[in-house]
Amino acid sequence: MSKKLFLLVGVIASAALIAACAPAPTAVPPAAPTTAPAATVAPTAAPKAATAAPTAAPAAVAGACGTLRILYWQAVTVLNSHHSQGTKDYDGARLVLEPLAATNPRGEVVPALAVEVPTIANGGVAKDLTSVTWKLKPGVKWSDGTDFTADDVVFTWKYGSDPATATTDAGTLDNVKTVEAVDKNTVKVTWKAPNANPYEAFVTGLGNILQKKQFEPFMGAKSKDGLAQIPVGTGPFKFKEFKPNDVVTYDMNPNYRDFAKGKPCFSAVTFKGGGDAASAAKAVFQTGEVDYAWNLQVEASVLVPMANAADSKGVLGAAVSPNLERLLVNRTNPDPTLGDKRAEPDQPHPFLSDLNVRKALAMVINTTEMARQLYGPAGDGTCLVLNTPLNIVSKNITCPKGDDAAVAAANKLLDDAGWKKGTDGIREKVVGGKTVKMSIIYQTTVNALRQKEQEFVKDAWTKLGVKTELKSVAAGVFFSTDEANPDTAGKFFTDIEMFTNGQESLDPTNYLRGWTCGEIKTKAAKWSGNNYERFCSKEYDDLYAQMTKETDPAKRSEFAIKMNDILVNDVVVIPLVARKSVTGWSKALKGIDLNGAWDSEMWNIADWTNK
Amino acid sequence: MNRYLLRRVLIAIPTLLGISFVIFAVLNLAPNDPMAQFALNPGIPFEVRENIRRSLGLDQPWPIRYVKWIWTLVSTGDLGYSFNSRFPVAQLIMLKLPVTIWVLGSAYLISILLAIPIGIISAVKQYSIFDHFVSAFAFIGFSVPTFFTGVLLILLFSVNLHWLPFIYDSTLVVKDTDSLIKLLKQSAMPIMVLALFQTATLARYVRASMLENLPLDYVRTARAKGIAERLVILRHVFRNSMLPVVTLIALGVPGIFGGALITEQIFRVPGIGSLVISSIETSDTPVIMAVNIVYALLVVAFNLIADMVYAFLDPRIKYT
Amino acid sequence: MSQARADSFSATASPTSGIRAQKVRTLWSNSWRQFQRHRLAMVGLVVVTAIFIGTLVGPFVWTKKIGGVNFADASLAPSLDHPFGTNDIGQDLFARVLWGGRISIAVGITSVLASISLGTIVGAIAGYFGGRIDGWLMRLTDLFLSLPQLPFLLMVIYLFREPVRQMLGPELGIFFLIVSVIAVTSWMPVARVVRASFLSLKHKEFVEAAHALGVQTGRIIFRHILPNVLSPVIVAATIGVGGAIITESALSFLGLGFPPDVPSWGRLLYDSLNFLEVAPHMAIFPGMFIFLAVVSINYVGDGLRDALDPRKTG
Repeated sequence: MSKKLFLLVGVIASAALIAACAPAPTAVPPAAPTTAPAATVAPTAAPKAATAAPTAAPAAVAGACGTLRILYWQAVTVLNSHHSQGTKDYDGARLVLEPLAATNPRGEVVPALAVEVPTIANGGVAKDLTSVTWKLKPGVKWSDGTDFTADDVVFTWKYGSDPATATTDAGTLDNVKTVEAVDKNTVKVTWKAPNANPYEAFVTGLGNILQKKQFEPFMGAKSKDGLAQIPVGTGPFKFKEFKPNDVVTYDMNPNYRDFAKGKPCFSAVTFKGGGDAASAAKAVFQTGEVDYAWNLQVEASVLVPMANAADSKGVLGAAVSPNLERLLVNRTNPDPTLGDKRAEPDQPHPFLSDLNVRKALAMVINTTEMARQLYGPAGDGTCLVLNTPLNIVSKNITCPKGDDAAVAAANKLLDDAGWKKGTDGIREKVVGGKTVKMSIIYQTTVNALRQKEQEFVKDAWTKLGVKTELKSVAAGVFFSTDEANPDTAGKFFTDIEMFTNGQESLDPTNYLRGWTCGEIKTKAAKWSGNNYERFCSKEYDDLYAQMTKETDPAKRSEFAIKMNDILVNDVVVIPLVARKSVTGWSKALKGIDLNGAWDSEMWNIADWTNK
Repeated sequence: MNRYLLRRVLIAIPTLLGISFVIFAVLNLAPNDPMAQFALNPGIPFEVRENIRRSLGLDQPWPIRYVKWIWTLVSTGDLGYSFNSRFPVAQLIMLKLPVTIWVLGSAYLISILLAIPIGIISAVKQYSIFDHFVSAFAFIGFSVPTFFTGVLLILLFSVNLHWLPFIYDSTLVVKDTDSLIKLLKQSAMPIMVLALFQTATLARYVRASMLENLPLDYVRTARAKGIAERLVILRHVFRNSMLPVVTLIALGVPGIFGGALITEQIFRVPGIGSLVISSIETSDTPVIMAVNIVYALLVVAFNLIADMVYAFLDPRIKYT
Repeated sequence: MSQARADSFSATASPTSGIRAQKVRTLWSNSWRQFQRHRLAMVGLVVVTAIFIGTLVGPFVWTKKIGGVNFADASLAPSLDHPFGTNDIGQDLFARVLWGGRISIAVGITSVLASISLGTIVGAIAGYFGGRIDGWLMRLTDLFLSLPQLPFLLMVIYLFREPVRQMLGPELGIFFLIVSVIAVTSWMPVARVVRASFLSLKHKEFVEAAHALGVQTGRIIFRHILPNVLSPVIVAATIGVGGAIITESALSFLGLGFPPDVPSWGRLLYDSLNFLEVAPHMAIFPGMFIFLAVVSINYVGDGLRDALDPRKTG
């Protein structure tokens, strides 16, 4: 009985171990123009920041830094980033493949394969916003020694826009009408309609350029055969060896355009995957077995002392990200007795459709305390839906404090709204002849941190006389789109649910569409769409329609802020924590400019050094 | 006997087919989904997800996919492609197998070599200090799960003593003494964790089984005949105590192939176990299916071998 | 030279035979007397009972609540106020260990009993009858051994959670599901071991003697042969209890278990992992209780085996 039983325990416990760390499935960024937000590298916990650039470096020699050891707790499975299964693949590819331009942590678009970033001022962006012309750096070579040309960019578009290729970043090419090679070093991207975001395609890791010669035989349905190909790239490194689900090794690329300038400094990289975040933190801070450890989502009370210890071998960096941990409030009735009508838009929720109730529930949660204790450097308490970049952050809202006064106020609000405590201490009200009890089922994914957040919220709601039953679902089941599965986030057959997501680019349009009436998840629509809460408001839909037509960045930001305010004031969601990307790296490592949101963390690896 | 063997081998074929069907059904009835990882990304719209689903062939009902899968396997020996990496599954397994066999195989061998003498001694000297000590150790072995012992060892040997690395480096090539020492160092902790649990388990069974046989008449008879105690124990008691032990050892062998999921995860050993875990996470059905079908094959084979060994150990056991 | 314990004499002299039965102490009182002689078994029984009663009565005596969040009291070392310290969100671990014991002990013991009973019955039938029955049962065993556990569990949850909940109510329903899931996925090695011993024992003299005396098949299996194969079954049970306690917590990670804020020993141990350096007490107490339970149950098992040993009757 022993062996098998423990095998079972192994499977589950380790699954839980992973699930406990898995972030919201990869939301990775393309870029947009707009004003630069401040995404800060904040090694708050670090005794000494490791950001200083190599001062007065004598003519650097590429490869002088030796081997760089990177650790991700998820392993790379795919080398071609266009078929990326998650951040790990996206980042692993970025050492080799490059886009035309990158986005730095401050949200600025900076050239990579392009000579300069096209703008209206320099004539790269057409005045009517219907096209963008990119000038490519001359003399760039692929790591196999052949020339990189405009044809490769055109090919990348053809590859990615073919639905049969089934790339995961095809969304960035949706608005592209055509891509033409004007000459060997000039590419023109024409949009289907005037596009306020000229950097939608070929910018950030989602726009990595593939070599035409290598991937032409693997277009469309044949792309799956191409996945075994080791991509040739233009980046500072080239792939050496790939063991799927385990490790990727890289050598420096002698054909890299800045090789003569001493880049990259590292002669080789090992990109190891697997394990869990807590032990990854040990490896970078305590044993120094690795130089760089990604996404250290560990309880603050464990992570911070480890990083700050006197003998710590690393520093902790945190970068702002748009990811928001929040409670979704179901507007529809998830009562199982409704059968096919369960949680359909025409079935209002017995008590969550009352604005006073939603307000009271939101008021009593002390998100600042929650973030400080549970997230530490990895997040800040918030009550806003849009928290970054700065140009779309609302200044019209005062976040409730969640203190004793708030609890008293919330209790009064409920009393006044007719929700009285019953004999069992649970609030109830007679609605339509039936007694409705305020009893909430609150679900989220299996994750040690999330379960603590659940207890925190439950504790706050208990003070209101609201009964809360907690439920946790394995992430693979929770985010499943299987129509027969009743436990998915999409069906939302509970009163409250919690998970993280956020806008995938500097431009929040796509993200905000998720609360329009047309996006409501219903049985008829097979629960597609992104409106989990089944919230529907004409005012909101009108704002969204206007925003999509607007091309002036400042006005677009205003619309975004107005929509944010509706979502907050109407308590469509209850924002909890604005999360940050937390990464640890060796004290010797310099040149890291941690990109938490808008591009891959590896975006400037050519500049990393340990000298 | 030979006819029985032939019949068992022939029965194994429909058995495996049946098992493969059940496993396929289980995998497809389970409520997780390869698309789950894309569900939250607003950059991956519904249509793109459906495209990916189609490109994986998931738009067909599962019974049809099963028929296709089994037909390809039987007719060409092809185990298909991983949904995740699109690598041929067979190649993926072959990549992971050497590490798994090295780590799990060594642990298993060590635990058999330790457990048998420990079990015998603690049975012969029941309730001696040795027995109590070993028993206490064994109880710790089963009450503390491997996820816990693993972390404990890391704290001790890596964080505090700095003796051993805890990240397994699969790119290491053994070519001289130095690299061999490196290999031994990085394998030491995972092997220890696995061996602790397996030794504890097996030693308990050996002890129990020995205790069962020690007071029996034939032992007294043998002693009365003046046979040396050592021989009585090893030749008579031990041989007669082997039936449950052989059963368990045989049950454990397929496990070497199956991988140690949790231990591999903790020490980042890139074996079959960690492959299975990440495949289950992402519902990579072809990989789970392939590993399971090979596992099933080994289960059937080793249970057959165990049955043969019974007949060898106890001539009274006859199969018809 | 009868190798077996249950020699033909004691087999025929079993207490059901009429007049003598009244004089002979009953089987159970006999076994109990035998059991009491095994000192470690008695200690084990006392400890298990104490833990059991402690978890039942404890929460009424030690009234600190198990839930709630209080960061001011986070990760406190053991003290008079918190005998087992507190966890990282400031909950009293003594209260949680007491409460968690209810689930862990109940699940541990029940599911192991279910699992070894199932395994023993399948193994006994397969081993005793052999032939086609053996073939079918062992192929079934192969099937269960080969099933991928995690997807299988997910499927079970998904198919049976709601019906079972409706039939037995939320708490009993979940308990029933957990116990059955553990039993269904862990009976196979016991079945293989029991079958192996039955294959060997069924040809022995005492069994043939019982046959010759016309003893019923069921009686031969359960009264005559089974007591001789109890040793490995008891070892399996001991190992299984620890395993089941851990498995219960693992199942709650799949959404099958009790709600995430209900503690159990396995869950407490798991939650302590990241805090081993900063707050080792979080691991020590639940770990110690699992260990105590496993050890005590093992000795109770040992005592039980001796007590049921037919040769020692007397």
